[in-house]
Amino acid sequence: MEEECKMIPSAVPPKYKVEIDRDRCMLCGRCVEECSWGVYRKEKDRIVIYSNRCGACQRCIVMCPRDAITVRRNITCWRDHPLWTAEVREDIINQSKTGCVLLSGMGNAKEYPTYFDRIVLDACQVTNPSIDPLREPMELRTYIGKKPKKLEFEFVEEEIDGKKIKKAKLKTKIAPNLKLETPIMIAHMSYGALSLNAHLAMAKAVKECGTYMGSGEGGLHKALYPYADHIITQVASGRFGVNVDYLNRGAAIEIKIGQGSKPGIGGHLPGEKVTAEVSMTRMIPEGTDAISPAPHHDIYSIEDLAQLVRSLKEATRWKKPVFVKIAAVHNVAAIANGIATSDADAVVIDGFKGGTGAAPKVFRDHVGIPIEMAIAAVDERLREEGVRNEVSIIASGGIRNSADVFKAIALGADAVYIGTAAMVALGCRVCGRCYTGQCAWGIATQRPELVNRLDVEEGARRVANLIKAWTLEIKELLGAAGINSIESLRGNRDRLRGIGLNEVELKALGIKHAGF
Amino acid sequence: MCGIIGFISRKKRLIRGDKIAIALDSLKERGNGQGSGYVGYGIYPDYKDYYALHVFLKNTPTYHKIIDKVKNILSKYGVVVKDEEIPVKEGVLKKEFIPWRFFYDFHDSYKDIENDLMVNIVMEINDKVNGAFVFSSGKNLGVFKATGWPKEVAEFYRLDEYEGYMWLAHARYPTNTRGWWGGAHPFNILNWSVVHNGEITSYGTNKRYVESFGYKCRMFTDTEVVAYIFDLLIRKHKLPVEYALSAIAPKFWDEIERMDEEERRIHEAIRMTYGPAALNGPFAIVVGTHEGMIFMNGDIEKNNTMIGLTDRIKLRPLVAAEKDDLVFVSSEEAAIRRICPELDKVEMPDAGSPVIVRIE
Repeated sequence: MEEECKMIPSAVPPKYKVEIDRDRCMLCGRCVEECSWGVYRKEKDRIVIYSNRCGACQRCIVMCPRDAITVRRNITCWRDHPLWTAEVREDIINQSKTGCVLLSGMGNAKEYPTYFDRIVLDACQVTNPSIDPLREPMELRTYIGKKPKKLEFEFVEEEIDGKKIKKAKLKTKIAPNLKLETPIMIAHMSYGALSLNAHLAMAKAVKECGTYMGSGEGGLHKALYPYADHIITQVASGRFGVNVDYLNRGAAIEIKIGQGSKPGIGGHLPGEKVTAEVSMTRMIPEGTDAISPAPHHDIYSIEDLAQLVRSLKEATRWKKPVFVKIAAVHNVAAIANGIATSDADAVVIDGFKGGTGAAPKVFRDHVGIPIEMAIAAVDERLREEGVRNEVSIIASGGIRNSADVFKAIALGADAVYIGTAAMVALGCRVCGRCYTGQCAWGIATQRPELVNRLDVEEGARRVANLIKAWTLEIKELLGAAGINSIESLRGNRDRLRGIGLNEVELKALGIKHAGF
Repeated sequence: MCGIIGFISRKKRLIRGDKIAIALDSLKERGNGQGSGYVGYGIYPDYKDYYALHVFLKNTPTYHKIIDKVKNILSKYGVVVKDEEIPVKEGVLKKEFIPWRFFYDFHDSYKDIENDLMVNIVMEINDKVNGAFVFSSGKNLGVFKATGWPKEVAEFYRLDEYEGYMWLAHARYPTNTRGWWGGAHPFNILNWSVVHNGEITSYGTNKRYVESFGYKCRMFTDTEVVAYIFDLLIRKHKLPVEYALSAIAPKFWDEIERMDEEERRIHEAIRMTYGPAALNGPFAIVVGTHEGMIFMNGDIEKNNTMIGLTDRIKLRPLVAAEKDDLVFVSSEEAAIRRICPELDKVEMPDAGSPVIVRIE
């Protein structure tokens, strides 16, 4: 009873209930140390618990040497009502208290259908042999960037051993492309939102796996320079950390127009997260809020975007591929086509289940369209325009496992970005409070004592493990489908079937229903 | 599983069509009687400058109306020089379709683009004329195919009455779409004909790729797309044929890494540009053409060519053999020896390595 008396009064009941098995607890105080949210306090020979501060990030549970801690969903009875759900009422209570926009982290939390889970894959039986990736080559190499529509050759006469012979020489020049050994890249998550250790771990991992990560819009910290050839530098509306060295240092450049978790709005890194290091990297004063405007103030239409693409190319002597990232919105196909017909090398589409450090809840849960539909629509539109093969499509937003990657590629993507999945590999438990800067796992925080918790080498190993494991699974799935190189999967919707989808959904995805 | 065989006389000697039928008959174990077919090159010497369109007409009492619709489309760009039912022996097969042929000439104003126009015409007829399927559209060549065993189909079309210098043939064991007349091989577009043993697991990718260049896949089977890819890469894009074949059965990245700088660059460019044209899955194909073809050494072949190719891990058999001016490619050596017991040379081409035979 004592704890409850001391509980900080809160307008809504706590979501979780934290319990310590007092028989097991040895009062070591580890939970007090580990919980950055202040759930625990040691008072004489007792650990006092403030359940209302808990977000179920599980840090205390996994660190408790005696397995004494349990976190449960705190089931408080609200009067049942189908319209006025507990969530709705809680939100109203909170907003009437603060008068503010509700903030939230991670991806869309509404129960919209996840189409990936309604799509099944094909496998070979009898008529075509499945291929064993352990015995036969299985190629996942993917090139991201502009491709020519066709190759042209010229014939040049050469003298070899006194004999004149003509030889076909390649006349077409191929634009710079990113060479991926696996079609999985790590999405743009900024330094500032994430800790340096998180960035370093991811950078080491992508370098090891022969793939790439995004810098996010927070510039590039000096410690990441050794990995810069595996980093795609981002140019977002705040232009943080952008200068010509930054652009030239990375492997490619990405213009961020929008983000799947919050289409149509900018970003806001609270001043508390702008430490000295972040301030130097972003090139803004320490402690100030870093605000990315909703639009780029030099892009008010598609031709402005085309100009920015060209400017960035000029600045880097046409040596770096330039990508453009947009949120998946209703008109995504037409916008992607506009991007494809500029000098941009790739279109990045971010679906509405994409994660974020901080987004207004109303955006996270209500704006944008599913990534599966967006991939299908963009791929189809670019094909109609006859430019699909000349530009790459990168899909992101809610890619959870190798099957999602496989399905995204079969729907028409060249490669995917993973964000949340890579963070989970680093320890993240998707508690969704990234915007508070108190991440107990040292991932989404700048507090040195928390950042230090994340071991860079161990983190790198885990992220690399994840990418390697998915890569293996993709190879197995490809082999089962009788395909030995990833380009034969791209846009191969014949190998997908829908389950329990209606005709409109099937049409939007461009796939048949199982049984057909 | 299907059986394929093709042969060509490098001296353009004319050989009667029943010869290939005998060879194909020995491959009937590889089929199940649900489709057999032949293509002969050089069979229409009297009409060699005209497109010979072979069209299946749905066998209904009003099939003449279908002919009129086909003629309406054809008359937009040229003249039908002659049209008639393809001579058949009645009673051999159940006549689901009436095979009809049109000899067709473009107006002079269209001569420069007649090949592209012909592709469009084929697409338009197959797409829009109910009950009509164009299954052969080249010059001085003709496809003869139907649902049935090799012998029956040869007898039905009276193949012994034709003489050609190149013949390809196919006995089908359908594994993807039902056996119907249009689904039998060879597949043809313009002067390209393809016989194929295998299953193209990349079909969805290949189909959508060629469709973005205006081709339409209407035959409900994967082999159709092979003909379109050959047409696109070799005729339209004018790739040197060795490189076009490397796009279709790509070199492995490991092999490419080991090449010298210039070759490595070329093969990398091929895979980047033509990835969606690569054929994946098990296949052995024989392709015949008298389309212009450019070789790596700058040679231009305006004459006939026969190409044999397998997938890059050779999941389907292919054997090549020679005797004097004759070169054979087949699923099985037995089929070749059936019509040519004494051979000068027999070879098993490596996985993904093409056999290319040109007229002398």
